[in-house]
Amino acid sequence: MDLSAINPVLLIASLMVAATPILLAAIGELVVEKAGVLNLGVEGMMIVGAICGFAIAVNTGSPLVGFVAAAIGGAVLSLLFVLLTQVALANQVASGLALTLFGLGLSALMGQSYVGVKPPAFAKLDIPGISDLPVVGPILFSHDLVLYFGLALVAAVWAVLKFTRAGLILRAVGESHDAAHALGYKVVRIRTMAILFGGACAGMGGAYISLVRVPQWTEGMTAGVGWIALALVVFASWKPWRVLLGAYLFGGITVLQLNLQAAGVAVPVEYLAMSPYVITILVLVILSQQKSSAPAALGRIFHASQ
Amino acid sequence: MIVLEKRPQPSKLWAYGTPVLAVLLTMIFGGLLFAALGKNPVDAIRTIFFDPVFGEFAFYYRPQLLVKGAPLVLIAIGLSLGFRAGIWNIGAEGQYIIGALCGAGVALAVYPLEAFWLFPLMIMAGALGGWAWAMIPAFLKVRFGTNEILVSLMLVYVAEQLLASMALGLLRNPDGFGFPGSRNLQQYPSAHNAELIAGTGMHLGVVFALIAVIFAYVLLSRHMLGFQIKLTGAAPRAAKFAGVNPARLILVCLGTSGALAGMAGLFEVAGPAGQVSIDFNVGYGFTAIIVAFLGRLNPIGILLAGGLMALTYIGGEIAQGQLGLPAAAIDLFQGMLLFFLLALDVLTNYRIRLRKGEAA
Amino acid sequence: MKLNTLLTSAALVLGLAAGAAAQDRTKVGFVYVGPVGDGGWTYEHDKGRQAVEGAFGDAVETVFVESVPEGPDAERVMTQMALDGADLIFTTSFGYMDATNNVAAKFPDVKFEHATGYKREHPNVSTYSARFYEGRAIQGHIAGNMTESNIIGYIASFPIPEVIRGINSAYIHASKVNPDVEFKIIWVYTWFDPAKEADAATALIEQGADVILQHTDSTAPQAAAQAAGNVVTFGQASDMGEYAPFPRVSSIIDDWAPYYIARTKAVMDDTWESMDTWDGIGPGMVGIGTISDAVPADVKAEALAMKEALGSGEYHAFTGPLNKQDGSPWLAEGETADDGTLLGMNFYVEGLTGEIPQ
Repeated sequence: MDLSAINPVLLIASLMVAATPILLAAIGELVVEKAGVLNLGVEGMMIVGAICGFAIAVNTGSPLVGFVAAAIGGAVLSLLFVLLTQVALANQVASGLALTLFGLGLSALMGQSYVGVKPPAFAKLDIPGISDLPVVGPILFSHDLVLYFGLALVAAVWAVLKFTRAGLILRAVGESHDAAHALGYKVVRIRTMAILFGGACAGMGGAYISLVRVPQWTEGMTAGVGWIALALVVFASWKPWRVLLGAYLFGGITVLQLNLQAAGVAVPVEYLAMSPYVITILVLVILSQQKSSAPAALGRIFHASQ
Repeated sequence: MIVLEKRPQPSKLWAYGTPVLAVLLTMIFGGLLFAALGKNPVDAIRTIFFDPVFGEFAFYYRPQLLVKGAPLVLIAIGLSLGFRAGIWNIGAEGQYIIGALCGAGVALAVYPLEAFWLFPLMIMAGALGGWAWAMIPAFLKVRFGTNEILVSLMLVYVAEQLLASMALGLLRNPDGFGFPGSRNLQQYPSAHNAELIAGTGMHLGVVFALIAVIFAYVLLSRHMLGFQIKLTGAAPRAAKFAGVNPARLILVCLGTSGALAGMAGLFEVAGPAGQVSIDFNVGYGFTAIIVAFLGRLNPIGILLAGGLMALTYIGGEIAQGQLGLPAAAIDLFQGMLLFFLLALDVLTNYRIRLRKGEAA
Repeated sequence: MKLNTLLTSAALVLGLAAGAAAQDRTKVGFVYVGPVGDGGWTYEHDKGRQAVEGAFGDAVETVFVESVPEGPDAERVMTQMALDGADLIFTTSFGYMDATNNVAAKFPDVKFEHATGYKREHPNVSTYSARFYEGRAIQGHIAGNMTESNIIGYIASFPIPEVIRGINSAYIHASKVNPDVEFKIIWVYTWFDPAKEADAATALIEQGADVILQHTDSTAPQAAAQAAGNVVTFGQASDMGEYAPFPRVSSIIDDWAPYYIARTKAVMDDTWESMDTWDGIGPGMVGIGTISDAVPADVKAEALAMKEALGSGEYHAFTGPLNKQDGSPWLAEGETADDGTLLGMNFYVEGLTGEIPQ
């Protein structure tokens, strides 16, 4: 056992990378759930984003264009969810599960000719002098653009929800769609936009895996990250900054357990792997004591005549 | 402007018509998909929907439909009771795993003892395991008001890790050369959930699934509890005035669905699957949620929906083997079927009207 | 019993009916555990299938079903292939072991080949596997020579004999050329999870490893090493040549083609017999990918010589003197390990630190 082999600075830097896909997907899902919609199709939207981003990045040679394409891909897939739940008033749980099934199949078909292809590399921030600073350099100033974008997105979502009229309306729709409707807000339109935003974020989260973190395309490569993102939103009790904290905690546990193993500590891998979920449940219990948690209309179907 | 107008009562015609329409639409769009992949669409559709039931080897596939459909129906029946009352257990996959672990654990603990009471004891252990796992979200909901959707979902991942740990550790076959996975219960006569009549696919799990369908049907149409479940789902406030105890209902609904999912896990591990392995669970718990909704939360509907899902799985495999369709195309096809079934259900409860002017 | 008779008679009827139509075409089925696009395990088996088609042209017909879960689904897919008239079925995952034997009992005229298993309960079942540890020996030799930090990272999947064998073999040969070498092992509990593999590789690199060996199937560790700049890797399962000449300096390739062609031929010639095949470099089941010029010429020459010796059987990768981790003697001077011990290997050799999980 040699714990000194673990470099905390590098550990933090790599947990930030590991956390970014979950962070992106979760912040999108947070907005969706704030609007009162539960979309369990995150995994499906992520994997479709992963292949859309990958294919476009390979064909255009620009990872940035790839990310835009991934956002569009995820949003287009979430449009199916809109059709089901907002237009046809179908059950959200079942629709979300169907969306994941559909997304996994679609991405595999789309990706058939991209197996074994290497994507263009994504440039990392490199400011002479600053990126080389000890401690702060590797943690704050040597990542790729998307990672910073993810952080900015958290801040933006927080600000919009807290300070703007749009945020207020979104929350109102999520708390009581009937009241919001009575006040004259277009419930379906607002929810549709929230779902599309969630799809775009999930798509980018998926592309971060296929373009930056791995980078390659293989079928089923998101391997359950979408479900972790769903857990994360709950863990964060629907608060943007806690999503960030939670993403780093989830990412941190993964990275730390690998580091501990490499340092020769005999960790019970399965038990460590289940710990984020157990912690999430505990957080849920504590939150439900405070009565401040879930949007009241979460998962309920809205129809104007009701 | 097209608007939806709620029907005073769900339409009987559409309740039966939409599934048929959905299957037809899936055949058309699925056919287009298969044609785009360069396969003969008519062949593909025939292979998926027709061959398992009426094809040359139907004598083999028909029993397989029972084997594949039984766990889906058994789990979905339990889930539907809760769903009707607005209690959302989406962690049946976890309860299924724990049920299998508990049931198989009992058998492996007394191996190689042969006794008539072993299998009944395993069934009880499986049901108890699934029940206990479902009691966690139920208890937290009743005691703290914690959201059961999320807790039950989280517990699926905990259960999956436990499964891996058991397959590699405690339950690992001591004669298995260190490979992961338990002893095969198919080779342990007292613990084997064998076919009741060879070649029919009828194992005890199928029987239990059918009993569950009948039981749920009677419960919902004749029994006080069934009335309370329906009332709570339709009008929670009215239910309270009518003296329904919501805490009791939560414990009963989650407990029942957990126990049924646990039993399904036990029947699978002791029968068709045979052993506890790392990848023992193949998603029955999640698919059952879809089955419950496809069946419109109605016991008879669930039975039919379970059969339809089983059909697309088996037909899909045949289409892969015979026509060289990629597995992804089958996933996509199933996804389409679900979309159409879910989307068209709107016609049962709503009327489509053309109306002038703005609407929400 | 009723089903057995039914199935057998059906197979017979089919044999007569279909036999007349497709007398000269041998039908070969493949059951895959992953998607053919996984770039690793299943991908290589599918290349083997394509090689069979290439070798026999119109004389064979191949079919496959991908992403088949282990358990009852696998059993059904195999039965379906047998019903559809397959003459030979390859089942390519350890977890298909019991299913393969169950189906084989019902179809005595169909030949079954199960990869990486040990059960042959019926005369129409064969098992086959590859001695990947021979390739590990060569990797260990190169790795021990090339490491400067003396730390070699190893991404392991599950604690099963196959994986432990690979670790031991690599360590023995790395420490032979470099006694100071240290292995850092991470168990990821998955065969395939690109994101996790990337994280594991990064963790190892951050802890000073400058050589990464992997027993998982994705190229994610290669990419992580490339990003780090000065880390050596080896391709696993497939060549992963897109990362050559550096960081990927060589690879172990699962080459199932020669075996699949030979067994198909045996069925055509009616000479097929149940047997257990455990082939290594010699018969070509384990391929060693091109050793790139990033490896010093003398090391490359030694590695090629070792490949030669392993291939001819002149040298065994587990040759004494070797002790177990606790210091107890295992193999005496010049003694080689027997296959039984290797198949069930559940211990580390002396020098490796840490414990095997469980």
